[in-house]
Amino acid sequence: MASDAPMPASEQVVRPSTGLVATLSHARYVITENPVTAFAFTLFLLIILIAIFGPLVAPYDPLVSDTAAALQAPSAAHWFGTDQVGRDIFSRVLIATRLDVTIAISSVALVFVLGGIAGIAAGFFGGWTDRIISRISDTIMAFPLFVLAMGIVAALGNTVTNIVIATAIVNFPLYQRIARAEANIRREAGFVQAARLTGNSEARIVLTQVLPNIMPIMVVQMSLTMGYAILNAAGLSFIGLGVRPPTPEWGIMVAEGAGFIISGEWWIALFPGLALMIAVFCFNLLGDGLRDIIDPSRRT
Amino acid sequence: MNRREFLKSSSAAAAAIGLSGLPLPWSAAYAASRSDTLLLISENGPNNLDIQGVGTNRPGYEASWNCYDRLIGYGTKTLEGGGVSYDKDKIIPELAESWEVTPEAITFTLRKDAKFHDGTPVTAKDVKWSFDRSVTVGGFPTTQMAAGSLLKPEQFEAVDDYTFKVMIVRPDALTIPDLAVIVPCVFNSELVKKNATTDDPWGLEYTKNNIAGSGAFKVEKWTPGTEVLYVRNDDWKCGPLPALQRVIWRTIPSAGNRRALVERGDADVSFDLPAKDFAELKKGGKVTVASTPISNGMWCIELNVTKPPFDNVKVRQAIAYAVPYQQIMDAVMFGEAKPLFGGPSNMVETTAWPQPTAYATDIDKAKALLAEAGYADGFETTISFDLGQGITSEPLAILVQESLAKIGIKTTIDKVPGANWRGEMAKKSMPFMINFFSGWLDYPEYFFFWCYHGQNAVFNTMSYQNPEMDKLIDGARAAAAAKDTAAYDEDIKKMISLAWDEVPRIPLFQPYLNVAMQKNIDGYVYWFHRQLDYRSLSKS
Amino acid sequence: MLRNVVRRLAVIIPTLIGVVIVTFLLTRVLPGDPAAYFAGPTADAASIEQIRHNLGLDRPLPEQFISYVKALATGDLGNSLSTGQPVINEIRSRLPASAELTLFGLFFAIIIAVPLGILAAVYQDSPIDHFCRVVTTAGVSLPVFFTGLFFVYIFYYVLGWAPAPLGRLDVFFIAPPNITGFYLIDSLLAGDLETFQAALAQLVLPALTLGLFALAPIARITRASMLSVLSSEFIRTARASGLEPGKVIIGYAFRNAMLPVVTTLGMVFSFLLGANVLVEKVFAWPGIGSFAVEALIQSDYAPVQGFVLTMAILYVALNLAIDLVYGLIDPRVRMEG
Repeated sequence: MASDAPMPASEQVVRPSTGLVATLSHARYVITENPVTAFAFTLFLLIILIAIFGPLVAPYDPLVSDTAAALQAPSAAHWFGTDQVGRDIFSRVLIATRLDVTIAISSVALVFVLGGIAGIAAGFFGGWTDRIISRISDTIMAFPLFVLAMGIVAALGNTVTNIVIATAIVNFPLYQRIARAEANIRREAGFVQAARLTGNSEARIVLTQVLPNIMPIMVVQMSLTMGYAILNAAGLSFIGLGVRPPTPEWGIMVAEGAGFIISGEWWIALFPGLALMIAVFCFNLLGDGLRDIIDPSRRT
Repeated sequence: MNRREFLKSSSAAAAAIGLSGLPLPWSAAYAASRSDTLLLISENGPNNLDIQGVGTNRPGYEASWNCYDRLIGYGTKTLEGGGVSYDKDKIIPELAESWEVTPEAITFTLRKDAKFHDGTPVTAKDVKWSFDRSVTVGGFPTTQMAAGSLLKPEQFEAVDDYTFKVMIVRPDALTIPDLAVIVPCVFNSELVKKNATTDDPWGLEYTKNNIAGSGAFKVEKWTPGTEVLYVRNDDWKCGPLPALQRVIWRTIPSAGNRRALVERGDADVSFDLPAKDFAELKKGGKVTVASTPISNGMWCIELNVTKPPFDNVKVRQAIAYAVPYQQIMDAVMFGEAKPLFGGPSNMVETTAWPQPTAYATDIDKAKALLAEAGYADGFETTISFDLGQGITSEPLAILVQESLAKIGIKTTIDKVPGANWRGEMAKKSMPFMINFFSGWLDYPEYFFFWCYHGQNAVFNTMSYQNPEMDKLIDGARAAAAAKDTAAYDEDIKKMISLAWDEVPRIPLFQPYLNVAMQKNIDGYVYWFHRQLDYRSLSKS
Repeated sequence: MLRNVVRRLAVIIPTLIGVVIVTFLLTRVLPGDPAAYFAGPTADAASIEQIRHNLGLDRPLPEQFISYVKALATGDLGNSLSTGQPVINEIRSRLPASAELTLFGLFFAIIIAVPLGILAAVYQDSPIDHFCRVVTTAGVSLPVFFTGLFFVYIFYYVLGWAPAPLGRLDVFFIAPPNITGFYLIDSLLAGDLETFQAALAQLVLPALTLGLFALAPIARITRASMLSVLSSEFIRTARASGLEPGKVIIGYAFRNAMLPVVTTLGMVFSFLLGANVLVEKVFAWPGIGSFAVEALIQSDYAPVQGFVLTMAILYVALNLAIDLVYGLIDPRVRMEG
């Protein structure tokens, strides 16, 4: 074995595709293969950047009113126009990004934790735990979901926290079921048996064996739920159960602007509506793309 | 079936279901009936056809007004500007063709030809039964009767079939005007009694869904939450026969759609649009907009004087100087209101009501007053308003919030859903409210009786109790009853001045009641109850 | 088969009990006060308390729950404050309105989404596939009231193509005699073509708004299902035998791929039935959704409870029916019974 010359291609060893590097290269393949997914990823990064840096970049204070400049159409001074009390809509849309992304991320984080734990417990331990948790899920699913969210927010009060809680509760059954299905499959799997034999506690098994295997499919679902969380908040705002004024949030801006469409001030509802649509659209496409990365056989 | 066939069949289906966008062929009968039918749209419909019912909403008042008669009515007058309004000083006959007033009683002689919708004649015993009902059922109707000193069934007597007597228990200038409001309407007592039960002796369940009256219109069909269909009572005798044969009232929840319908001519009359839409409709000239300042009505900031720091008059005055009045007039009301600020002095010279306070936006003065009160660093509070009036209250609250922040008062905005608002008002727990009140009887002492008197009625949201104020209010009412104009004027001026100085309630503006109508609609009359009277309307 | 049904029913009952309890609790926790509403605008605290006592609202919660369940057993869902009518009457009259709208919306969604899904599957990874994904995802990314309002603005106000958003029927038409409650069916049964056309015209815009929302799941599952069928053995054989592509795709693949789509349709239908509350509000549609929303805002307990219960029962019944039908169609499922 003396030569340092590169081996001829036909004799190169092909490494097995495992681990982070392999996942990343597969990811890169998927992204570049599918322009739509690439687009979604780029958009997602852009949205996150706006959420973080929006307040620094916004040209006007989103809360300051200027009634002399009310209801102005988009112009050089106000790119998205002004609303009925003279606030700059472009600034408000930028600032709202942070709140909406926060709502989306908090909702999915909460439902992931709640649904994930409940589902794993149900699938892993079975028996009465399974029965009770499944009944809870069935009960929630029997409700018309939007009305349940409305009821929860109406009962608890319309704050951002309660909107997040309501969204999490409404999505709980879905996550619980996914987690349960996955945990159930892996309950008697070989590697879990092995872990048990080597003396790992059940908790440790759940954390180190079951959870990482559930993550991929949950992540896909989480992306879709992020989109739903934002739409849910928008729907609640339309009825008056959303965030409180003067907080800028896409949904409440659309709801407030809805009354001005007929009188011709279309920009008040259109720009936040577009921002909302682009964000939800991005999250949905992202979910599809992630699904392709995680498990090509599940591609839809 | 292959792909080609599949697609072909879909397009055929699409064409068949008329998606081509051609206008629908209206039948000849339909076209004819449009000209004598009025289509009226609003955000809500009635939840009860009887004003004496439990929990009847404002649209319910309209049904009652048009389908029932009362003993007397108000005449009309023309306002400067050309609009027509009811005239609170002109009482005209309705079911009663004449009446005699003595200090002890008012004796009404009923007309002999009035009949209920089912053909039975209207007699004094029906009037007695109806009046007894109004003072016994409790709730809003009974309170309204009490406002005119109509308190007990013992006051009412059916002397004979066509003579009805109301005993006067105390001199009250409001007794006669109170008999012309919606509440003392005359029910078909036999019909209602037939449908009453032991649990429901006044037949409230029956009159909720059925009209048992003699009025100019009958309800042909009521689909709660969707529409009311009225037809004219061709045998109506209490006035000239209305021009409209049918009135259809549809509920359209979305304000934008209501405006679209009126502008495109698909609806005849629309109330409750945002002020901005009315301002634009006026300018646009496609429809007629009738604008009348709401009598005896004001939008105010109401401060609960039992909750510190609003118990301190300097704090209240500071807030009165911090309100962005003109901004509100421009951006919230678009000029569709009469300003109630910036007057010459808080010591008023006339008995005009409502009239402006002397407060105007002056941030420096506000800061100084606040410091004098000991709150130089400001404080925190909550602004509450009725979500049902949110079109006006919400932008108003935002502007007020911003302005108060300039003098150090930090506020959160709390939107209270419509039905909860009344409950919250009764609890008297809200510290800072944006609210509207208007009294049916257009007299300042009437407004003050409900809103400033120490009896602490639910409309006294400020929980304001000042014996000096009570003396002035009671004095004004007594002076009115005794027809002592000098004493009356003096008490009224002092009353208003005290209210402006103490300012538990900060007047903002007197709104206009705007109604958008197609150009071919005539005969609109402004009424104190702010609902539509179909009897005077016509469509050419 | 029967064992399957019985087993499902055993699961349904605790679910429904759960729904009843949760609804009751939720409406009792709502911040409103029906006693204040009934007492009227001039009532003081004392008379409100009196009315609260009359309505039985000051009794302890468990006692109120028992009387509520007792009333339920007799079919009494209470009265609505906002319309003053018994809730069961309201639901009975409004349910067909919502059902007609939802079915029509579903119909729109199907005729657009299914062909799109098939195309996307047949031309997998092509621009058509990406276009399909983008269009359907866009449809589900918009808040449904936003789409509705813009449609009204463009198609009614600006262009005048759509009729006035006045509800199910223009004012000058009378509703057809009530047989099913579906205006389209009833007007045809009565032979009244004018009313049929009028009802149809009013349905187009709201159904389109609703349908946009259902495009994505239907297209997605059609595509997925078609993909899995298209790669199966028998299709490969059919192609290899030289059958023309059209016949292969529609005649064989589509038929087999439809089963999962049908199941999804059931789910989408019940999801839409609950979600069309916002569409009904925008288009003044006298359906069960707008009724429930208005009631909820006003803390009007009884309609909300009635609505939720009705939806829950419908949802459960619908899923049971779909499972049974699915079992009938697909013998493989039956065997797992």
